[in-house]
Amino acid sequence: MTLDRREMLRLAGVGCAALATGVRPADAAKEPPGPVAPDAFAVLVDTVACIGCRKCEWACNVENRLSDAPAESFDDLKVVDTPRRPDHDAFTIVNRYRTPADHDHSWTVKLQCMHCVDPACASACLVGALSKDEDGPVGYDAWKCIGCRYCMIACPFQIPAYEYAKPVEPRVRKCTFCEPRLDEGRSPACVAICPNEALTFGTRQELLDAAHTRIQGTPDRYFPHVYGEFEAGGTCWLYLAPVDFKYTGLPALDEKPIPHHTERIQHAIFKSFVPPLALYGVLGLIMHALRGEDGHQETHRG
Amino acid sequence: MVKHHHHPKPVTTRFFSRGTLVLMALALAGGSAYLYRLIFGLAAATNLDNQYPWGIWISIDVASGVALAAGGFTTAALADIFHKEKYHAIVRPALLTAMLGYTFAVIGLLADLGRYYNVWHPMLPSMWQGDSVLFEVGICVIIYLSVLYIEFLPIVAERFMGRVNLPGPLRIFNRVVDSWLTVCHQFLSRFISLFIVAGVVLSCLHQSSLGTLMVIAPTKVHPLWYTPTLPLLFLMSAIAVGFPMVIFESILASRSFKLKPERELLSGIALYTPVLLAAYLAVKIADLVERDAVGYVFEGSVQSVMFLIEVGLGVVAPLVILLSRRARNSITGLFTASSLVIFGVALNRINVFLVSYTPLYPVKQYFPSPLEVLVTIGLISTLVLVYRAMVMIFPVIAAPPADAPREVLVTAPPAEPKGATS
Repeated sequence: MTLDRREMLRLAGVGCAALATGVRPADAAKEPPGPVAPDAFAVLVDTVACIGCRKCEWACNVENRLSDAPAESFDDLKVVDTPRRPDHDAFTIVNRYRTPADHDHSWTVKLQCMHCVDPACASACLVGALSKDEDGPVGYDAWKCIGCRYCMIACPFQIPAYEYAKPVEPRVRKCTFCEPRLDEGRSPACVAICPNEALTFGTRQELLDAAHTRIQGTPDRYFPHVYGEFEAGGTCWLYLAPVDFKYTGLPALDEKPIPHHTERIQHAIFKSFVPPLALYGVLGLIMHALRGEDGHQETHRG
Repeated sequence: MVKHHHHPKPVTTRFFSRGTLVLMALALAGGSAYLYRLIFGLAAATNLDNQYPWGIWISIDVASGVALAAGGFTTAALADIFHKEKYHAIVRPALLTAMLGYTFAVIGLLADLGRYYNVWHPMLPSMWQGDSVLFEVGICVIIYLSVLYIEFLPIVAERFMGRVNLPGPLRIFNRVVDSWLTVCHQFLSRFISLFIVAGVVLSCLHQSSLGTLMVIAPTKVHPLWYTPTLPLLFLMSAIAVGFPMVIFESILASRSFKLKPERELLSGIALYTPVLLAAYLAVKIADLVERDAVGYVFEGSVQSVMFLIEVGLGVVAPLVILLSRRARNSITGLFTASSLVIFGVALNRINVFLVSYTPLYPVKQYFPSPLEVLVTIGLISTLVLVYRAMVMIFPVIAAPPADAPREVLVTAPPAEPKGATS
């Protein structure tokens, strides 16, 4: 509460300082550092350039062998008019959005895992099945997973989907950032296929610079904000939009990394196990001190 | 190790009654639903989806179950650590409730886990994830459950030491089991206090951490419940519900087993409840004021109504009732107030984990499927049946029979009830 507010102010201060000096906030704030190296991989989604062709959906489906939906089914462009969510058999989807006032204008937004700098899902996961790779991707190890779905509660973007229909070996499913392709030095399948260069692959810093350059170069085309630069502590997928981001289907989030909400409490209670051991000692002493005269020979050692 | 007014002994009533038959039918139905979920998966059995990953199995079976099992550590703290010796009579029933409550919370959790067969993974050091609140809850619950079973061992030893008589060919193990019980008895009669204190510490840790769980979803949990104070509120409400749970059970048990309710003892612990409830209420209100969230109480949404019911009926009402000495001294007053506290804390857990949870992109509102409800009812029914069987086998309940004014020392153990499996 009070501490929390002070913390927010401090973080905001660090954020401003970072802006001024051009340092990434994840590095500047010496908080549990987003383990993202400055050259972490990232993707810039320019929704102004996106034409809603769904080629990225198809490439994703093929690359990750998600569903046996025929290639032609991805040619149906009307699908994007009804908002959808990523699912266990569709790691990325494209939706069309409009402002309530202007129905002639519309833009399409590709959605997938944002690959947060400090991911809530990885902080929530009790067995480390979800983890942040320092290259950028948030990976998932199904072998470790117990299927508690706490990651789905934690994700501020509501991305992880679950294979509810599988009685055995159900998995949490989400965009993998095409990690195998990254390892081979290739870009993710969706980026590679995008015909209009709405998707740009690079390092996070490069892409942030590029995004700000585009905003400055053509201010009439872009809303002056790079979504994902600071949201929830920053994400590796960054967005540009022609309008305020409240008309893009992306959630409004402050700059505090989601794990800070719980990890601060968690680490305060378990700081080197001192508080639990202290409680044990105090209770042991009380037990010993209040022992009745008729007492039983309790040999307690606090 | 402790002097009792009435030493606990196995209850001698018939196991079967009309009530137990109903419970057995429900347990059977719940068991079938449970099996159905294991065979056909979560999609077939539940209404859970990507927007609502947690339903009633987490909010009722696990979260409420663990909270309502808090009587185990609050009575242990009162009688064994603060040495209010007269309350030793309620330690064993509370211990049994906690042991069964946690066991069934875990069984309920297994139904919900997609890969229930991996539930042991958090115990592998290679998978430890200290940043995870759920990891802490999981580890604490595993250790506490073991502690509860260890604390129950002396009761097993008391009943069977020197007279282990296993059926059929198992009898060759009689001597081994007997000496094992003797060793346990000797070890625990010296070191039980280490485990009792550990049980209280572990309870404080995971009861509060259960509250921290939802703090990770600031944009999804309704502001009436979303607060960094949630762990403290969870701990305080767990402590507050401990004694009412003991009272509630004790009254039900004495009615069912035709025993004399230990009214004086129950009135005694009921005196703590208004104090604990008032402290809980004060923190809850102070937190709402501090966060400027009071306005949400009257916004007229489903959440605000549920909040008013939770606090009004579940906290304020029993608090007011128990302030009256007359209510505290009457079985009806005690039973009503205790039921309300239990209702209030259970509803709080359901509110925090379910009602307050608003997904970002809801497709349809979650409502539990018939099978989900059946599993939950089945688990509760089975728990009651196992409790009934356990108090008939082991010396747990210390209340004298309704018609016996004085304690009569029984040397021979009463005949054992049969058919305690379901």
